[in-house]
Amino acid sequence: MNDYEIVIGLEVHVHLLTESKAFCACSTKFGLKPNSSTCPVCLGLPGSLPVLNEKAFFYSLKVALALDCEIQGLIKFDRKNYYYPDLPKNFQISQYDKPLAYAGRVEIEHGGEKKEIRINRVHLEEDAGKLIHDPGKGASYIDLNRAGVPLLEIVTEPDMRSPEQACAYLQALKAILLYLGVSNCNMEEGSLRCDANISVRPKGEKKLGVKTELKNMNSFKAVREALSYEAKRQTELLKKGRKLAQETRLWNEAEAKSVAMRTKEETHDYRYFPEPDLTLFTVEKTTVDKVRGELPELPRAKKKRFISEYAIGEYAADLLARDIKTANFFEETARLVNSPKEIANWLLGDVTSILKERKSSFDGSTFKPAHLAEIIKLIKSEKITGKIAKEILPEVFKTGEAPKKIMEKKGLKQIRDSGELTPLIERVIAENEKSVSDYKKGKKAALTFLVGQVMRKTRGKANPQKVNEILGKKLEH
Amino acid sequence: MADKKTIDDKTVKRVSVLSRINLTEGELGIYRTQIADILGYVSKLNELDTSKISPTSHPLKDLRNVFRKDAAKKSLTAEEALQNAPKRKDDFFSVPKIIG
Amino acid sequence: MEIKSCLKRIGAINKKLNAIIYLNSLAGKGVPIAIKDNICVKGEPTTCGSKILKDFKPPYDAYVIRKLRDADFALIGKTNMDEFAFGSSCETSCYGPTRNPWDPERIPGGSSGGSACAVAAGMVPMALGSDTGGSIRQPAALCGIVGMKPTYGRVSRYGLIAFASSLDQIGPLTGNVTDCARLLNIISGYDEMDSTSAKVPVPDFTKSLVPDIKKIRIGVPKEYFPEGGIDPDVKKAVSNSRDVLKSMGAEIVDISLPHTRYAGSCYYIIAPAEASSNLARFDGDQYGLREEADNIIDMYTGTRTKGFGEEVKRRILLGTYSLSSGYYDAYYLKAMKVRTMIKNDFMEAFKVCDSILTPTSPTPAFKIGEKSGDPLSMYLSDVFTIPANLAGIPALSVPCGFTKNNLPIGLQLLARPFAEEILLRIAYTFERNTEFHKRKPKI
Repeated sequence: MNDYEIVIGLEVHVHLLTESKAFCACSTKFGLKPNSSTCPVCLGLPGSLPVLNEKAFFYSLKVALALDCEIQGLIKFDRKNYYYPDLPKNFQISQYDKPLAYAGRVEIEHGGEKKEIRINRVHLEEDAGKLIHDPGKGASYIDLNRAGVPLLEIVTEPDMRSPEQACAYLQALKAILLYLGVSNCNMEEGSLRCDANISVRPKGEKKLGVKTELKNMNSFKAVREALSYEAKRQTELLKKGRKLAQETRLWNEAEAKSVAMRTKEETHDYRYFPEPDLTLFTVEKTTVDKVRGELPELPRAKKKRFISEYAIGEYAADLLARDIKTANFFEETARLVNSPKEIANWLLGDVTSILKERKSSFDGSTFKPAHLAEIIKLIKSEKITGKIAKEILPEVFKTGEAPKKIMEKKGLKQIRDSGELTPLIERVIAENEKSVSDYKKGKKAALTFLVGQVMRKTRGKANPQKVNEILGKKLEH
Repeated sequence: MADKKTIDDKTVKRVSVLSRINLTEGELGIYRTQIADILGYVSKLNELDTSKISPTSHPLKDLRNVFRKDAAKKSLTAEEALQNAPKRKDDFFSVPKIIG
Repeated sequence: MEIKSCLKRIGAINKKLNAIIYLNSLAGKGVPIAIKDNICVKGEPTTCGSKILKDFKPPYDAYVIRKLRDADFALIGKTNMDEFAFGSSCETSCYGPTRNPWDPERIPGGSSGGSACAVAAGMVPMALGSDTGGSIRQPAALCGIVGMKPTYGRVSRYGLIAFASSLDQIGPLTGNVTDCARLLNIISGYDEMDSTSAKVPVPDFTKSLVPDIKKIRIGVPKEYFPEGGIDPDVKKAVSNSRDVLKSMGAEIVDISLPHTRYAGSCYYIIAPAEASSNLARFDGDQYGLREEADNIIDMYTGTRTKGFGEEVKRRILLGTYSLSSGYYDAYYLKAMKVRTMIKNDFMEAFKVCDSILTPTSPTPAFKIGEKSGDPLSMYLSDVFTIPANLAGIPALSVPCGFTKNNLPIGLQLLARPFAEEILLRIAYTFERNTEFHKRKPKI
């Protein structure tokens, strides 16, 4: 592997979160009855005409500017002509030589190294419908609800040098898109799709090797595994002196390998020409400046600021900044209690776990920054232990009640008073003669056991340090 | 631009495949001749120096930025969408199997 | 004209002339009008004269149809046309040719031959057609009626089954200029469903019906009066018309439109290219003809091979070729540039004149079958009408004479974008001072 260099470029398609489709007013809502969100335009009925969705256009512009791209002076749509049953008009309205944006960049970080991935182009197009295959009946079924949904295509230069870098790019891109609120970016649901171009060449060689197009990767994990597999396969072939075919391969997740697609009779001749049914589009410089000015603080900038402003570690900052809602939650909580490290730990640990379990997000959640702040304050003032907090947390999610209230209701207040603790400790000592003598013999672990027993008796409410203190004193006799 | 001589059967065949139209041997020959004639006719455009001319892709040059506000409106029902379907299965258009 | 009398007339002569291919005998009340069969009427067969759209009933009305319904027109029926509007003779329809009411052995012109015939033969007072390279004006001229192609963008194309998207326009075919103005009033207007619909106000076109053209400058381009390639009767009738207009006070200006001779070549690259893409959707998936097969590629190919006629196949092949990899620059891009030059010719000319006068068609109606073996010679019938489509400017044909064999001759008038008013005014004045529009075919 060391004598060879992997060269990867990624092509990402994202569904834009608009109410209606790219060229007609049909709803983009997911999961509707088949063919029930269609009209003459997205069905491609003869006589129908497209009209561009303004929001789709401006979402695309936002993304282009967030990716630091140049905006095309005169923006044109083109017809990409090919026959396929999920394509009602047998052409796709897309963009060919004058895409909305070009020459951008995304900074990624991997293995401590920073790298700039150049963006070749960003363009807007319409999605095709969905096909369901029924090989038993020798038939396929077409649902055109998805036909016409706006897609943003983002293409990089072949700048990535490892599957890990590719994933870092995908993460960074996803974070940016989520920040802008333009897409759900969910690979499993299909709102983010990724194809890769991968080739291998001897180290030092400037010319690109024979490129393979890799498709059907349905998760970030699949992207990494598929690219690793492909890099290995290509390198081994080259080492053996074999030639690689320029082909398209599909990732087979179940068998963890890539398979060449059956070669087609004709290589695609898409016969691109300017879409005569749409006008040309221009964006004024004032508009570009305005949209750029209105961009939110993006993930990388936010991460840097979190590190410097809150003195939290890089790893935590990176994870917090990935999702804008988490980042906002963090900052709002930090305004209420000055314990950024603790806030980060809670958010990235228990809170994330609970959200995952409940399959929910911060949106509309009963759990608010004030709640987390209160929990941390309670711990800081030693009213509860960390362990108790872990008990209270899910309750807050369930009921939305203030943590303090839950603490009082359930009697979870930490016991620190020696008057309360001493009788319990004495009881534990009395009930555990063997451990006591073990400790006196020098077994330090026995103390931990005894502390544990006190914690059990108090259902975790005893303050461990206090227990340790009192127990230690008692055992000295 | 090509003149008559350079349009061969292979090209016409390739174009017919791209167009999803079957041509018999006889038709291939006839269309080849006719298309060659027409291409000869249109090659007249080569007489013009268009190096400094910008193309007209839209007759209304000044019409730009025609948009639609993003709002979902009532669609056709699935029944209406499928009303002309040569073959259907429930609410889907049914087509023969797709290879590749 | 009343619906009853229309239906009666249709019953008497349509079988012979084959103008109407779908009759809506239940049409209730209102002004009777016939619609070219490439304009979508909800729930009614809309076939474009093609087998591939047999039994296709659109689930929606074209914009112009909605406007007609709102104005209480009675949609009497659909008219015959060259298949998918590819043609100048109305001979390529799967329903058979339409015949010219002036001489049923001859073509009525195309592609809106059915509409022109229906009006000329008195089956309906007016009809809608579509014009991509002359398909309203040429049949209007050959049938002795009025036909207009509005400015590109004046009338919405939503619901017009596309031939060449950057050239198509829907327009009126009527027995006189007054009805043309009235119909234009109704069908014109901005439509938010058509991105190429112009946001310009619609004047009351009937206000242009003023028989006064004093001081109006009419340009006569020498390129449209060549030595050969034009019937002498046509040349004579159009020259006489020029003199008539001059006698009514118009100023005749000699002009030149130097790139006229390239218009045909330009058109026969652009139109088939756009058409090849517009017709790709006809594959049997969702509607129309389907030739069943055990796999989808064979189904598409079988359907299109069986469903399309010869002229349609020819243009699809031609168009696909000129867009294909390696040829785009030499053909399509080149043609788009020449198109700019042709448009510029007109813009220059309109600096010195208000309207341009030409013959509509180089010949009167030819015999059925005469040119169908020779596509190129058929294409040459469009040379005078094509430039207006390339430039996007409005153009109108008005009856201006007859040949020795009593075949109608049309006079074409062109104007600046959105200047239909000038056309109507000149045509109205001409009509008021001549008798050609009063002659009717003996059928």
